[in-house]
Amino acid sequence: MSTSIKSSTNELTFASVPAADGLNKALALSRVDIIDAIHESKLKGRGGAGFPTGTKWNLAAAETRTPKYMICNADEGEPGTFKDRVILTEFPDLVFDGMTIGARAIGASLGLLYLRAEYGYLHEHLENVVARRRKTGLLGRDIAGIEGFNYDVLIAMGAGAYVCGEETALIESLEGFRGEPRNRPPFPVVSGFLGRPSVINNVETLAWVACIFSKGVEWFRSYGTGASAGHKLFSISGDCEHPGVYEFPFGITVAKLLKEVGGEDAKAVQVGGASGRCVPRSEFERRLAFEDVPTGGSIVVFGPDRDMRAIAHNILDFFVDESCGQCTPCRLGNPKLLQGVEMLQEGTCSLQYLNDLKGLARTMQVASKCGLGQTSSVAFMSILEHFENEVLGRKPLL
Amino acid sequence: MLITERDRLREDVLAIAELTDCHRASLIPILRKVKEKYRGIDTYAMQLIADVLGIHPVEVYSVATFYSFIQPQTQGRLAFRLCRTLSCELEGKESVAEQLQRDLGIGFGETTPDQVFSLEWANCMGMCDQGPAMLVNETVYTQLTPGKVHDIVEEYKSQQEGHVTKRQAERVL
Amino acid sequence: MSDKTTLPKRRAPLSQLLQPDLEPAPPVVEGTIGAKITVTIDGIETKVPLGTTILEAAKSIGVKIPTLCYHPDLEIAGICRICVVEVEGQRTLQAACAYPITDPIRINTYSRAVRLARRNVLDLILSEHCGDCYSCMKNGNCELQSLAEEYGVDEFRFGHLEVPVPVDDSSYSVVRDMNKCIRCRRCVRTCIDLQEVGVYEAVNRSNRVSIETFLDKPLLTVPCINCGQCINRCPTGALYAKPALHAVWKAIDDPAKHVIIQTAPSPRAAMGEMFGLEPGTTVTYQMNTALKRMGFEHVFDTNFTADLTIIEEGTELILRLYKALVQGDTSVALPQFTSCSPGWVKYAEHFWPEFIPNLSTAKSPQQMFGALIKTYYAEKMGLDPASVVSVALMPCSAKKFECNRPEMNDSGYKDVDFGLTTRELGSMFRQAGLHVPTMPKSDFDDPFGGATGSGLIFGATGGVMESALRTVLELVTGRKLETIYEHGDIIPVRGFEGVRYAELTIDEVGPVPSILAHLVPDWEWLRGATLKVAIAHGTANARKVMEDIKAGGHFSKCHFVEFMACPGGCLGGGGQPIPTSKEIRSARARAIYGEEKTLDVRKSFENPAVVRIYEEFLTDGPCGHKSHELLHTGYIDRGKFIE
Repeated sequence: MSTSIKSSTNELTFASVPAADGLNKALALSRVDIIDAIHESKLKGRGGAGFPTGTKWNLAAAETRTPKYMICNADEGEPGTFKDRVILTEFPDLVFDGMTIGARAIGASLGLLYLRAEYGYLHEHLENVVARRRKTGLLGRDIAGIEGFNYDVLIAMGAGAYVCGEETALIESLEGFRGEPRNRPPFPVVSGFLGRPSVINNVETLAWVACIFSKGVEWFRSYGTGASAGHKLFSISGDCEHPGVYEFPFGITVAKLLKEVGGEDAKAVQVGGASGRCVPRSEFERRLAFEDVPTGGSIVVFGPDRDMRAIAHNILDFFVDESCGQCTPCRLGNPKLLQGVEMLQEGTCSLQYLNDLKGLARTMQVASKCGLGQTSSVAFMSILEHFENEVLGRKPLL
Repeated sequence: MLITERDRLREDVLAIAELTDCHRASLIPILRKVKEKYRGIDTYAMQLIADVLGIHPVEVYSVATFYSFIQPQTQGRLAFRLCRTLSCELEGKESVAEQLQRDLGIGFGETTPDQVFSLEWANCMGMCDQGPAMLVNETVYTQLTPGKVHDIVEEYKSQQEGHVTKRQAERVL
Repeated sequence: MSDKTTLPKRRAPLSQLLQPDLEPAPPVVEGTIGAKITVTIDGIETKVPLGTTILEAAKSIGVKIPTLCYHPDLEIAGICRICVVEVEGQRTLQAACAYPITDPIRINTYSRAVRLARRNVLDLILSEHCGDCYSCMKNGNCELQSLAEEYGVDEFRFGHLEVPVPVDDSSYSVVRDMNKCIRCRRCVRTCIDLQEVGVYEAVNRSNRVSIETFLDKPLLTVPCINCGQCINRCPTGALYAKPALHAVWKAIDDPAKHVIIQTAPSPRAAMGEMFGLEPGTTVTYQMNTALKRMGFEHVFDTNFTADLTIIEEGTELILRLYKALVQGDTSVALPQFTSCSPGWVKYAEHFWPEFIPNLSTAKSPQQMFGALIKTYYAEKMGLDPASVVSVALMPCSAKKFECNRPEMNDSGYKDVDFGLTTRELGSMFRQAGLHVPTMPKSDFDDPFGGATGSGLIFGATGGVMESALRTVLELVTGRKLETIYEHGDIIPVRGFEGVRYAELTIDEVGPVPSILAHLVPDWEWLRGATLKVAIAHGTANARKVMEDIKAGGHFSKCHFVEFMACPGGCLGGGGQPIPTSKEIRSARARAIYGEEKTLDVRKSFENPAVVRIYEEFLTDGPCGHKSHELLHTGYIDRGKFIE
């Protein structure tokens, strides 16, 4: 199967896994064995947070209340991230395979795929895939001849809010509310959609689930690093010759990755989207893995002439607009940081105020209600850390 | 709104609401549908939706204003959304934005008086490897340049009934 | 009370609504329910029940964690983040109000990280708060002001709100000054969850979030019921009752005006709180003295017209029952609903207009008094009604709206000129240097005199029902109530449960008393009848009962239903001192029932002033022509749709 995913260092996995292969192999196992296999694979969530998938499934499986829900998070909104779009376009069956395996494992009867509004053009395509799977018995009643294993998937459309990628905000949105993250605990595995146990997995995570059952746990674990098993899709954009989606094993260094994509002269890269860290050239030997530089797979490359203050401005502008506006640190903190960047541009930001802003950013990182507010200032802080002279030494524009 | 239009709206709302037995989970699908079909969600529509779902109108208003794609204000039939986030900025969205404003004759956040075109900013739409990118309703356009968006706008204009493009006008003259 | 009608909160997960449990509730794991867990808070070990929040656990050992978006009456939001604490082993700080303790965690409530975070959060909140404390209605009773003081705020580090937005004072009752709003959403949760009226919600996202009415329309034009519960829970001065005190002072200052005041029972049980007394300390008679010193010509007891309301409303009920049961008139609307809570009345007009015929046409005690003061009283005193200024002290913000209803001018003048809240009168007392708790005591003025206990208990939920039943039962059975209920207390209708239901069987009947002789020939038709009554307080509970009635459920079989818009009844009204909580409301209720016990006359129809007014003025009796003219009213189908 042809794919737009690229790699020169390793084989491409998704194109080599036939639809329903992983699903059929998984459904031959008991529910406990499915979860055990995922546990052993050391698969971690591919959305960015890196929570062990096996643990999540286990918690939901242990819940006795029904119905349960197996939800796919296709609200890929992290700036610089587009791998899920490619997966949904080219390998949707792997995603639905993964969902169905998860449903079997936790005992879910309904699945929802929350598709971001910006991917509206994929809606019909996915509906067609779901319809086909219903026809061929991969969704519906008594799937794979397992009596009582009923599972169906609905495609739910988002309506344009980055924060809905946060799983509890996604649930709120599915229930018809503003996409405002909930207090946790309770976690969705205990009380999720409609107050019922729910597992929310990223598109890529679910596709890997199907691959793990197709190719084996050992195969998966043989790649990557100790704490970050397997391959990972990377969304590469910015100042490089060959932007696109790449498949690499976890643990690849930034330098090696930049060589692959033709971005060797970069002065820095933004890892993990807008909410991730800005890694300067001096740290390009660091490895992309949960234990070193964690990432949901997005790398934005900044060429030698890029203005890092402008980048901080763009990122903060994004967060100001996409904050759900619920909790104080995120709602009011991001605009203050953005204003600070503007003051730096104008040369009106005193060092004392800059220190106040750094303190504010640290507060936002620990006191915000959800991951958005906890990470929105990460890029700002790392740019200040690594490019302080560039940012501070600026003369006001005429 | 005319009575017949209100009836039509009620039918549209009920068609979706009844799928979930008028559960609140229908709210966003309904708002999406109303926005798509009527290009806006007016005072009556919000109250009607609230009534059907058994919630308060202010809750409908609150949800609609939260999400970028279901804002209540009436938009043109063709909503241009240009991505302004990181990668598209690096790829030069600024000049594309300039061109769009010039060709459409409106600024960001505005709608043409004939209610055909709207222009607004969008946050990252997942086309970072092919930026600058924009959506026109649900159609995605990538690797935009000022020249390319000019052609796209002209093409849309020519599809509008009774519209005379600049080129046609030149030919006639 | 069966909880058949108890619906889950609509903002909470909706599972129960959509999908009934397919399986029985999860089995109770041995030792989890009621289990205690050891937590360490600031180095002190304590045991708390599983699921206790950090906030509650800290409180139990005397540690006060600051809060803003938290309110004991409301759902947890966890959004202001001022209550963050450090939980050992967690990367981020946790909101103490929203964190249920399920593990033996170690908590630090004032570490350096916590203090820095709180200060930053506070500075951020202040950056969008127009803190003109001197000119603020909440000066001295503002949670944000207190926190700023506690944390030693000496500058606006992140700036200060500079462009003020217009204040919405369109409503007769509630003023909204969004310059003071800190987006804690207590009003939203009050209006949507607690009251289910749904006036406010958060609108837009990001830093553009604002708390708005539907399409940001003026409060007057949306279906707000004026209950003022949002005011009672606003931590700042963003919401307050529309002040009338300046106008009242002006009237007092005008020698040509004859200014009188009627005082409702609930403010007397709460006014003490304005002077730092414990909730539940009544200052009824001290307040009478203070009011007269302040310049009111006479101080009347609203309980007088509460008794009158009972007579009129009770008679109306008897007439409805007689028509329906004896004359077979199927057009009679039953159950009859009480109409003395103006918040409830407006709620019914907006959301249940098809039930307007069920509302008792009897005016509220405030408005009955208003109509009598400018007729009966003016006549008796030889006063020109135009020179009489009639003021009402109420626990209520909706009373301000009620006295401005255009139809409330049956005396030929505006029946009640001004409604004052407990809070407003408290500040008037302070302006006049009158320390109410230390005033000598004095009684209410004639010709309306002291009232009965029945009027007094109007202030608590179930009070109107109990008063009505006391009167109806004695009038029908001819027996002293004390022979039916111990001390004449009808306990089944008391309490704080949101919805209550009671049945009373009439075993024997007596002769028809003369006051009702012109209306019914005998009581035989009530012999052996079972009177079914229900009580609901808080409009969310009212909604449950109304939905049941509409669906033909068992509340539709009731004869009489008492509705109060505010949780707890009038003593929890939107004009009462702030703060409010279940404990404070209970204390006020105890005060009211305690005072009631001390009164000699406890049944409305035994009130000598009531007897006299039917002899002297309302000579064609309860529900007669004159009482219809002055003491009864009509309602408006407002509906919930707006243009």
